[in-house]
Amino acid sequence: MNIVVLVKQVPDTATERKLTSDDKTLDRAASDGVINELDEYAIEEGLLLKEKHGGEVTILTMGPEQATDSIRKALSMGADKAVHVSDEALHGSDALQSAYALSRALGRIEFDLVVLGSESTDARTGVMGAALAEYLGVPQLTLADKVDVDGQAIKVQRLTDYGYDVVEAELPAVVSVVEKINEPRYPSFKLIMQAKKKPVEKLTIADAEIDAARVGLANATTETVDVAPAPPRAAGTIVKDEGEGGVKIAEFLAEKKFV
Amino acid sequence: MSNAHKATAPDPGDFLEVDGSLSAEERDIRDTVRDFATGELLPNVADWFDAGTIPDARALAKSFGDLGVFGMHLDGYGCAGASAVSYGLACRELEAVDSGLRSFVSVQGSLAMTAIHRFGSEEQKNTWLPKMAAGELIGCFGLTEPDSGSDPGSMRTRARRDGSDWVLDGTKMWITNGSIADVAVVWAATEDGIRGFVVPTNTPGFSANVVHRKLSLRASITSELVLDGVRLPESAVLPGSGGLGSPLSCLNEARYGIVWGATGAARACYQAALDYAATREQFGRAISGFQLTQRKLADMLVDVNQAGLTALQIGRLKDAGRCHHTHVSFGKLSCVAAAQRVAGEARSIHGANGITLEYPVLRHMLNLETVATYEGTAEIHALSLGQAVTGVSAFR
Ligand SMILES: Cc1cc2nc3c(=O)[nH]c(=O)nc-3n(C[C@H](O)[C@H](O)[C@H](O)COP(=O)(O)OP(=O)(O)OC[C@H]3O[C@@H](n4cnc5c(N)ncnc54)[C@H](O)[C@@H]3O)c2cc1C
Ligand SMILES: Cc1cc2nc3c(=O)[nH]c(=O)nc-3n(C[C@H](O)[C@H](O)[C@H](O)COP(=O)(O)OP(=O)(O)OC[C@H]3O[C@@H](n4cnc5c(N)ncnc54)[C@H](O)[C@@H]3O)c2cc1C
Repeated sequence: MNIVVLVKQVPDTATERKLTSDDKTLDRAASDGVINELDEYAIEEGLLLKEKHGGEVTILTMGPEQATDSIRKALSMGADKAVHVSDEALHGSDALQSAYALSRALGRIEFDLVVLGSESTDARTGVMGAALAEYLGVPQLTLADKVDVDGQAIKVQRLTDYGYDVVEAELPAVVSVVEKINEPRYPSFKLIMQAKKKPVEKLTIADAEIDAARVGLANATTETVDVAPAPPRAAGTIVKDEGEGGVKIAEFLAEKKFV
Repeated sequence: MSNAHKATAPDPGDFLEVDGSLSAEERDIRDTVRDFATGELLPNVADWFDAGTIPDARALAKSFGDLGVFGMHLDGYGCAGASAVSYGLACRELEAVDSGLRSFVSVQGSLAMTAIHRFGSEEQKNTWLPKMAAGELIGCFGLTEPDSGSDPGSMRTRARRDGSDWVLDGTKMWITNGSIADVAVVWAATEDGIRGFVVPTNTPGFSANVVHRKLSLRASITSELVLDGVRLPESAVLPGSGGLGSPLSCLNEARYGIVWGATGAARACYQAALDYAATREQFGRAISGFQLTQRKLADMLVDVNQAGLTALQIGRLKDAGRCHHTHVSFGKLSCVAAAQRVAGEARSIHGANGITLEYPVLRHMLNLETVATYEGTAEIHALSLGQAVTGVSAFR
């Protein structure tokens, strides 16, 4: 089975994130890049599926030059090879444009399954799985916390407020995963040392036959109108328990519509 | 300095950018060990220290094995073959959590496995190394004796020939992982000088007793080994070993890891003190604002960064094949002493909190007493450096 795992490099959530003032995009050079956390679960799921069914795991990343660090980490976890789409023209692409660009790159790779994290910690749109499946014309199985593949059939489980959804489809398909699905492994030293010898194919938009008019900030389908720093947290309210603390808590919860 | 104004303020966590020259592979290894150590070890280490043991040492060995840290600097036989700097970084990140955990890795990889890798027969290497690298088998290294520490040449453990067999008698003391080991590399005096023996710990006559009531390196198991007529086949001797130089060359590998490890303990204490001082208020303000505290933090910063540079330089020399054993003595003497100074200052900044296991500082401070003692005490390394620069031995 050929599995492609989408890996996005995002700024480390532990560090302060900045926007560039001139075009309101994320200043990716200002903070350390790490693999988007949910993508680590996607990599792990890809590796588990490979271990069970055989085949290859290919990492697909779109992002600037420094994203090679994240690609290397994914390879150190055990992926076999990588495709890195990197081009100045992609700067500022929004979620839909990114899905289009990634679908073009995927057109060059033979795949049975695309696995990705259900959202990224920087943009948090959560639409990539759906948009990508649409562009590729394949089924989408989103928010999976369990994946089973049997021949050409794929079945995922998704936790809902009322129980589980079980969603089935035929391969090829796109699956987005949530963190309950597994526990990502640590890279091992042997794999770290092999990582630099694994093939990483670099693609420009021309290589991937991505239409320059359909990507980049100038052609984005969405616009960032304004940005403002988050307001500081308001101080909490202190309620002194004078025999009616329980009632006060219940009232508070009811007011906030928690109960 | 035309471009001085362009430089950004240094990172308090890596002031001199000691890690700035690391290769991508070295950074990946550092980050992997750091993630593992903070994710899997740090949450447990205070409990282990408190209990005075590692409750599930087998599971710990297996997770170290999965990571690939055991014998990571050795080639072949399931070992990763990483650079000396990478190995040093792994030691640093482990010891930033606890010296006892780095000791676990040092003893397995740099002492037991290195002895077999360096002096063993092909059969011994194939039998032991892959499983030790994987963490399926635990090894220990028995050199020190109750009456023979800094002067291991005075050892009393004897190996005598009986037909084609060897028979070992004696007592080893302070042996890390001794009572949980599957295999002990034991050094014994023979008619032809000191030689190393690979002793499966289930051999009749071999027993190990845990050393209790330690106040240092409590998250580590230390034991006495008793060898009472331990009969071994001819194939148990490490064929390449001969003379005191053999065990000392293994110690030199482990000490190299200690040089880096000490910088990890120092960094952890400095970082803890910096965080604590920023949030602890007395006399109406954070104690980090007081001149006396700032002097301590400045001294710690200098120690941490100088030790870090020393370790890195010795690592680069080692990777270039130019590391002399006295370079390692330089590093062990200076980096451990720096770490001890930093740990002491960090403890003081923590006030009463600093004497508890809620904070890492006294735990590190106590551990460093062992780190300054084993693998050559500070005095022994000072004598080694003294001899190196004067040409005169003052050991005896
Ligand atoms: C927790 C722990 C784990 C250990 N693990 C191991 C292990 O796995 N394997 C192993 O073989 N050993 C191990 N050791 C033993 C360690 O290597 C010895 O403790 C060390 O070599 C010092 O020996 P000693 O304790 O006998 O001290 P001694 O040699 O008796 O030294 C006592 C003091 O005298 C000083 N001294 C000695 N000679 C001189 C001199 N010529 N001039 C000036 N001062 C001198 C020393 O510096 C020291 O201050 C471990 C020790 C500890 C504490
Ligand atoms: C085992 C134990 C038993 C104790 N028993 C008692 C007891 O019976 N009764 C009791 O009342 N207390 C007791 N204490 C508390 C003890 O007196 C305090 O720990 C001590 O006063 C220090 O206060 P602190 O721990 O809050 O540290 P802090 O005051 O927070 O000090 C933290 C650090 O900041 C430094 N610092 C503070 N102010 C300044 C400044 N202006 N300039 C420079 N540096 C500064 C300190 O020197 C220290 O290094 C006990 C403590 C311990 C550990």
